[in-house]
Amino acid sequence: MSASAAPFVESMRAAALPASGIGWLDAARHEAMQAFLSAGLPDTRNELWKYTALRALEQRGYSARDESASTRMIDEGTFALPDIEGTRLVFVNGVFRADLSRLDDLPQGLSVQPLSRALVENPEPLRFLLSRHATEPRDSFASLNAALASDGVLVRVAPAAQIEAPLRIVHLGAQAEAAIACHARNFVELGEGACLRLIEHYAALGEHAHFTNIACEYVLQKSARIDLLALQDSAVGAALFRRSDFHLHEDAQLELHALELGGALARHELRIALDGDRSRAQTRGAFALRGRQHVDTELLIEHHGRDTASDSLWRGVADGRARGVFHGAITVHPGADGADAQLSNKNLLLSEGAEIDTRPALEIHADEVKAAHGATIGQLDEHALFYLRSRGLPAETARILLVRAFCAVALSGVEPQALREHCDALLLAHLPRENAQ
Amino acid sequence: MLKIDNLHVRVAGREILKGLSLQVNAGEVHAIMGPNGAGKSTLGNVLAGRGGYEVTQGSVAYGGRDLLQLEPEARAAAGVFLAFQYPVEIPGVNNTYFLRAALNAQRKARGEAELDSREFLQLVREKLKGMQLPPELMNRAVNEGFSGGEKKRNEIFQMAVLEPKLAILDETDSGLDIDALKQVAEGVNALRDPKRAFILITHYQRLLDYIVPDFVHVLADGRVVESGGAHLAQELEAHGYAWVRERKPAEAAA
Repeated sequence: MSASAAPFVESMRAAALPASGIGWLDAARHEAMQAFLSAGLPDTRNELWKYTALRALEQRGYSARDESASTRMIDEGTFALPDIEGTRLVFVNGVFRADLSRLDDLPQGLSVQPLSRALVENPEPLRFLLSRHATEPRDSFASLNAALASDGVLVRVAPAAQIEAPLRIVHLGAQAEAAIACHARNFVELGEGACLRLIEHYAALGEHAHFTNIACEYVLQKSARIDLLALQDSAVGAALFRRSDFHLHEDAQLELHALELGGALARHELRIALDGDRSRAQTRGAFALRGRQHVDTELLIEHHGRDTASDSLWRGVADGRARGVFHGAITVHPGADGADAQLSNKNLLLSEGAEIDTRPALEIHADEVKAAHGATIGQLDEHALFYLRSRGLPAETARILLVRAFCAVALSGVEPQALREHCDALLLAHLPRENAQ
Repeated sequence: MLKIDNLHVRVAGREILKGLSLQVNAGEVHAIMGPNGAGKSTLGNVLAGRGGYEVTQGSVAYGGRDLLQLEPEARAAAGVFLAFQYPVEIPGVNNTYFLRAALNAQRKARGEAELDSREFLQLVREKLKGMQLPPELMNRAVNEGFSGGEKKRNEIFQMAVLEPKLAILDETDSGLDIDALKQVAEGVNALRDPKRAFILITHYQRLLDYIVPDFVHVLADGRVVESGGAHLAQELEAHGYAWVRERKPAEAAA
């Protein structure tokens, strides 16, 4: 039991939502808040939090809401992505902004609704989703999310619908008078044989130190396929906690690209359950950190079905006094015979003060399993650097070229090309200039 | 063009070059031969500016400038090119992209206009002629998965595109079969020019059958112990390096 008097906990307690008038919802929120208050924040004795201490976060209090969130002037260029038009939902400091969103002309078979609107218009179908313990095992942040998320996104793709134009969910953190706490709950379900491209974009407008807590749940029915780009480019002072749970039924496919760039303290916990036979997940990701950033990626893949496959390639780069954490854990459960699980995590330290902790873990309890995992931490190859310089490239250019090449594998497969190049440019912008070390 | 005077170089605390002197003029081809451990590769690396080489004495003047004061990229822009003994594989960096970036960085440093991608591709096509380098290698990562011969030819191709004033070839012949050796030699001969000088660092005389040097220098124990014309290489081939070592004390005594 941690000190419940900590400013963080107090500010969350004070943020308890007013009664919604929906009995089951208020009960579920109350229960979740009680669970959070009794558990407190996780500490580093918890395996999943081993390298991410929350003592500093615990000492911070946050405002429950940004009163101006629905009226702030927002330049759409802040979250524009090249060659990406069409359907989008935009949240500013946790509040849905209809004026910035594009929900007209939805393609056939795609249904998109902000959670806040669904709760007003027709809450009953959400009862199961919001009152059960959806994200099991539920940790403190999941409890907090269940207690305090009053908004988010509900996406449903009808069976067999092929949604080619990407759907975008934008969470924009905008500079405000105080540091705000935002919570959002997203739920995405793809019917049998459905296909969806989705971009989750965490962007920043001005400097801020908001706390954001996002829980996303994805359910892929038989033979469904989702292509997800999670682009995290938050403010450098922000605290961002995300939990993404994926459930894949038979023959379902997940293709994920994750880019982690922003945040003073950012954590993304990805839980991928390959439940159905022949379901497959391909994950690619990279973080590029500098200054005193602390970014933690937890990739937890569970093979349950037969002949399931997971293939994960992650890269990390840290400079300055930044700290990167990558924990990739694959479990092949009894009965998941014929599973193929590949995980590779390579990291690059650009300065003496930077630190990266990587823990690949593989547990196999089934037969005829193909599995390989590996992790490395190294520095820029001096031979390669000299080779490039000897051909005329300035040291700085050569260094950046090598780091970009190192991360390129994480971006390979991002379409369209303009979007991939944009991601590459964002990565580049996050790489340090020649720093005085 | 290049004047090396009494150069002493240490690597990891050990003195490798012990008073090497050499003068190279524009248009000349110099071969540096010598047994393993004589300091041949050290010479190439010091001239190109690789880290880890400590010059304790002596000087290197290049076009009137103190070469040793320049960063590797500044040497490249000033026209110094080192063909590596072991060209480095750089996964993820496209060969064509890299070469264009390198050429434009040099041009920018010299105050010349940069080439756009169309101009550059035209240049590449022109230089690839007669290079026997499969064009698809241009679209691969730098040296990645190249055969030994392809890597060496890629070095010569880079040299052709970058058009250096002083090209240093560090054992470019090592590990090549006779066909690849001929192709490399053809590439070099095509670039011979009254304004360009070459330093060929080699262990064997074989390369010099195809690239006939103006001067041959024998390097032993960190200094030039014998210099002569192209015939010197043949004598070395006939008598071995021991022959030079045996002759030298005799001369010193005479």
